[in-house]
Amino acid sequence: MSSDTSRLGFYLLLAPILLWLAVLIILPHVGLFIVSITEKIGPREYTIGLGNYAKFFEEPLFWHTFARTAIMSIVATALTLLLGFPIAYYIAKLTKGRTKATLFLMCMIPFWVSELVRTFGWMILLRETGVISNGLQALGIVSGPVELLYNDAAIMVGLVYTSILFMVVPLVTTLDSLDDSLIEAGYDLGGSTQSIMREIVIPHAMPGIVSGCIVVFMLSLGNYLTPVLLGGKDSLWFTGMIYSQFITRFNWELGSAFGFLLLILSSLVVYLGLRISGQSLSATMGRT
Amino acid sequence: MIPTVPQRSFAKWCYRAYVALFFTYLALPLTVVCVFAFNNSVFPSLPWEGFTTAWFFGTEAPFIGVFHERSILRAIGTSAFVAVWVAGLAVAVGTCNAFLFVRHNFRGKGFLYIVMLLPLIIPGVILGISILVFSSNIANTLEDATGLWFDQLRPGLVLVILGQFSFVTTFATLVISARLQKFDPALEEAALNLGASKFGAIRQITLPFLLPAILASAVVAVLMSFENFNTTLMLVGSDSPLTIAMFDKLKQGSTPVLNAVSLLLILVSAGLGAMSLIFQKRRA
Repeated sequence: MSSDTSRLGFYLLLAPILLWLAVLIILPHVGLFIVSITEKIGPREYTIGLGNYAKFFEEPLFWHTFARTAIMSIVATALTLLLGFPIAYYIAKLTKGRTKATLFLMCMIPFWVSELVRTFGWMILLRETGVISNGLQALGIVSGPVELLYNDAAIMVGLVYTSILFMVVPLVTTLDSLDDSLIEAGYDLGGSTQSIMREIVIPHAMPGIVSGCIVVFMLSLGNYLTPVLLGGKDSLWFTGMIYSQFITRFNWELGSAFGFLLLILSSLVVYLGLRISGQSLSATMGRT
Repeated sequence: MIPTVPQRSFAKWCYRAYVALFFTYLALPLTVVCVFAFNNSVFPSLPWEGFTTAWFFGTEAPFIGVFHERSILRAIGTSAFVAVWVAGLAVAVGTCNAFLFVRHNFRGKGFLYIVMLLPLIIPGVILGISILVFSSNIANTLEDATGLWFDQLRPGLVLVILGQFSFVTTFATLVISARLQKFDPALEEAALNLGASKFGAIRQITLPFLLPAILASAVVAVLMSFENFNTTLMLVGSDSPLTIAMFDKLKQGSTPVLNAVSLLLILVSAGLGAMSLIFQKRRA
């Protein structure tokens, strides 16, 4: 095999990935940044400046929505961790063989289904004429129809539902690798269930916790369907704002600035999460 | 709390009850979606008016079933068209990437690998708008320069395919690379010793070995493409894929036709998901 043909082969392999990453990832984001620092001063007349970012900070509605989206995403991440951890622990430590495989599979099935279908399901359950409202009336707990949809709690239920798999899978993987004998040793040495959780299980599961939290936070931040369909009129979400700037208002300059701010927040969280846990991006993403 | 250490039975039962409650929570939305597909009512809500399959096969208004609702059938066709293109492109580029990352060492490999992972951490909406802005700018420039129209670069199926391809390829690359790493290069060398050409050896020895991973990633690509919403929403033109068409209908007010479509989607997704698991199991 001559080295000329193998070099040719190398460049032939290099071409598709460079084309893909340059044309669809890098250049579009550079372009997005350039548009975000462009201001329209007249018809077909533009100037460079930070006016779009200034507008974001001047208008309370914009940065309130931004902060709200970030805070709700943090709450959703924390809730997902709290609800998912016992499940992951149960699957990893208290079941074996076929039961374990079945439970794990049951966790995954809802996520093979389109997010739209899942959200639609919650709408049927929570709306005024929905299943839960009717159930509560039949049980005599409430006297008339109750509207459970279109509020922040409904958004939270939907967000946790959408992202819980991405918490449970990495947690099961890390908890699986914890040797039972370490837990037994903890009990032998007189540890209580709480102290064993705190001193042995949680430190061991930390990499899984961090990668789960990163992914869930990212997914919540970038979610569009759940807040739009389950949230009320006042439940604005930042992705919804980006959409309306782009598609409804046709203000691409401001929309690009919003998009960039969301990208910065999302990347910052990923970066900090990886720094705190001392993990690499490839290891974290490989796990999910 | 492990099986070999005894626990109070009250705590054990509480724990089991929580696990049962959790799985109910997981199953509940999907169950109601499926059940109300058979409700003989024009709203997907209680009261239960009796069992019907009209939302699948019905031909008379208001009971026009999925199989006779033209807009939905067209959307399914659009989705399938997009999915086939996305899966084909993603698997082809993903296979090339796997060979590049597993077989070659070059300067900047680590950096290129990180960039390759970026689509996973970019929110789908941002991916969509960045491609929208970029392609519109190119279209404007080209149209100003040439005076011709470049409709392909405006929102529409081409952009939807490119947008989905841009992140599905990362998954395909990861799955196929993982398989290629397990391949013993001695097998390929043996083929070369026996007189095979380089490409002959790859075609006859390496690619068949990779086939399970290639099929699994193709199935996952189809699934991701069918279900994608965020990126597609920003790039869609006049032909809507299924999720977008369903979203538009849902905003107008839902009828059980949506439940029927959802039920079919659940069945197809579960089938595809099972297929990808089977391929991956054979891989192990």
